[in-house]
Amino acid sequence: MSKIMEWIDARLPVTELIKSQATEYPTPKNLNYWWNFGSLALMVLIIMIATGLFLAMHYKPDALLAFNSVEHIMRDVNYGWLLRYMHANGATFFFIAVYIHILRGMYYGSYRAPREILWWIGIVIFFMLMGTAFMGYVLPWGQMSYWGAAVITNLMSAIPVVGEDLVVWIWGGFSVADPTLNRFFVLHFLLPLLVVGVVVVHLWALHAVHSNNPVGIDVHEGKDTLPFHPYFTIKDLYGMGVFLIIYCYFVFFAPNAFLEADNYIPADPMKTPAHIVPEWYFLPFYAILRSIDFLGAFSKLAGVIAMVASIAILFILPFLDRSPVRSFRYRPLSKQLFWLFVVNAIILGWVGYNPPDASLFHGAIPLILIGRTCTAIYFGYFVLLWLITALNIEKPRPVPKSL
Amino acid sequence: MAIEVEENRRDFLILTTSAFGVAGVAAAAWPFIRSWSPSADVLAQATTEVDISTLQKGQMITVPWQGKPVFILHRTPEMIAMALKGDGESLPDPAKDADRVKRPELLVLLAICTHLGCVPQPIGTGSYGGFLCPCHGSHYDTSGRIRQGPAPRNLEVPYYDFKNPTTLVIGKALG
Repeated sequence: MSKIMEWIDARLPVTELIKSQATEYPTPKNLNYWWNFGSLALMVLIIMIATGLFLAMHYKPDALLAFNSVEHIMRDVNYGWLLRYMHANGATFFFIAVYIHILRGMYYGSYRAPREILWWIGIVIFFMLMGTAFMGYVLPWGQMSYWGAAVITNLMSAIPVVGEDLVVWIWGGFSVADPTLNRFFVLHFLLPLLVVGVVVVHLWALHAVHSNNPVGIDVHEGKDTLPFHPYFTIKDLYGMGVFLIIYCYFVFFAPNAFLEADNYIPADPMKTPAHIVPEWYFLPFYAILRSIDFLGAFSKLAGVIAMVASIAILFILPFLDRSPVRSFRYRPLSKQLFWLFVVNAIILGWVGYNPPDASLFHGAIPLILIGRTCTAIYFGYFVLLWLITALNIEKPRPVPKSL
Repeated sequence: MAIEVEENRRDFLILTTSAFGVAGVAAAAWPFIRSWSPSADVLAQATTEVDISTLQKGQMITVPWQGKPVFILHRTPEMIAMALKGDGESLPDPAKDADRVKRPELLVLLAICTHLGCVPQPIGTGSYGGFLCPCHGSHYDTSGRIRQGPAPRNLEVPYYDFKNPTTLVIGKALG
């Protein structure tokens, strides 16, 4: 065995790579459970690609056949129901893992120097995931699939001059139809494979600068670190067990909890459902889109810009945060702002879930006002974080010298 | 001096070669980009013929045109009166009812909300006696003009003509 490995290592240094990048890879010894969600997201990505590959062997990307082929998977294909429920709920759990992963980075300052590129690659992955999830949701060709696709692709028409032509080009026709479904299927298949490539770059960037940690200070190798194996392989595996139990609960006992009943009605281009809602993971951004309705003819474009900006603003987060301390653990004001941001995002999601003309207390507080306020708070987080750190308003608590 | 000339020659060659390379890639990309535009069979669905001889007063039918729903409404005198009354009011997207119909009793509308592309509900569902878009609450009047809600423009009137007095042709054949 060792002879064979020696022969291989002389030609391709596999053992050296595994040692330096996996088993003996120095990892800060104080990583808490919030650091599990990167490996959890990777696990879900693998589940999604595996189930998706096998679903694609039974699915037909044709406007006349798609809906029935999904029902065929559900009723006739051996374990087809399991593959589909794992895939559909996998999307939900992918976003749960990714949102916690992003928020962990925001709380512990993982976006700060020297990890800016690592952070940016992560945002690129997030954008790709949103695109993949959106196109995947179109494939069952139910009413929500169809009208979700219609509303979201129509957003592009807000782009000045080229918008209308761009939408026709994306549709491959004059409405969402068979050509649209066909190309969305191909892109939904292709994008996750590109995501795998970008994830490799994400890990490369991570291993170049090493993990941040809850204290947020630079670590001294040896004194502050432990080898990745077995200390963090076991911790990651434990987290996967817990995560999979919750995931399996939904797959087996509440598989439609995150799905919309309207999507079990075949797509009808002649009739729009009374209330269109996106998947839960898009709701906060959908609420931001709808909150910009006070600019007359510019509302549509401004709404689209605000929605894209709400995620793109993460790109400049490394430069907005001027604090000498990375981790919010030692930053009392930033910590409060962070939790305000989290609660605010959840309220935005709730606003996005409700019809646009809904209100609280029998019309006393229109939801649109709550949506606008929460949109202001969402962007306010980034402005205030910059203000309190650039003007030294926040006085960080003392930070330990080592872990 | 001689070396400098050599370098200039080389710079020029690299520059032109790169320019041709970029142009070549762009030219090669064009067929791929164009393959996403509507194909010939999609373009062939440019027109829809509708028999309107059986359309009763107050009746509305929905017909597909280019995969999109089109409302054809035989308006009652009351509906026409309401539409004409709207001419005098201040409208978000001003338009005269007379410019939106070829025959006063026949209203033809592209049933795609100008906000985000939902299909409005049939006549009589909205304020102003017209159409309500359920997605984000836009109200259109009996001429299909936007009166209330987030939609920026009136419902579009597609190009249509009469092949004979009882046959409507929606759209224009291309080419």
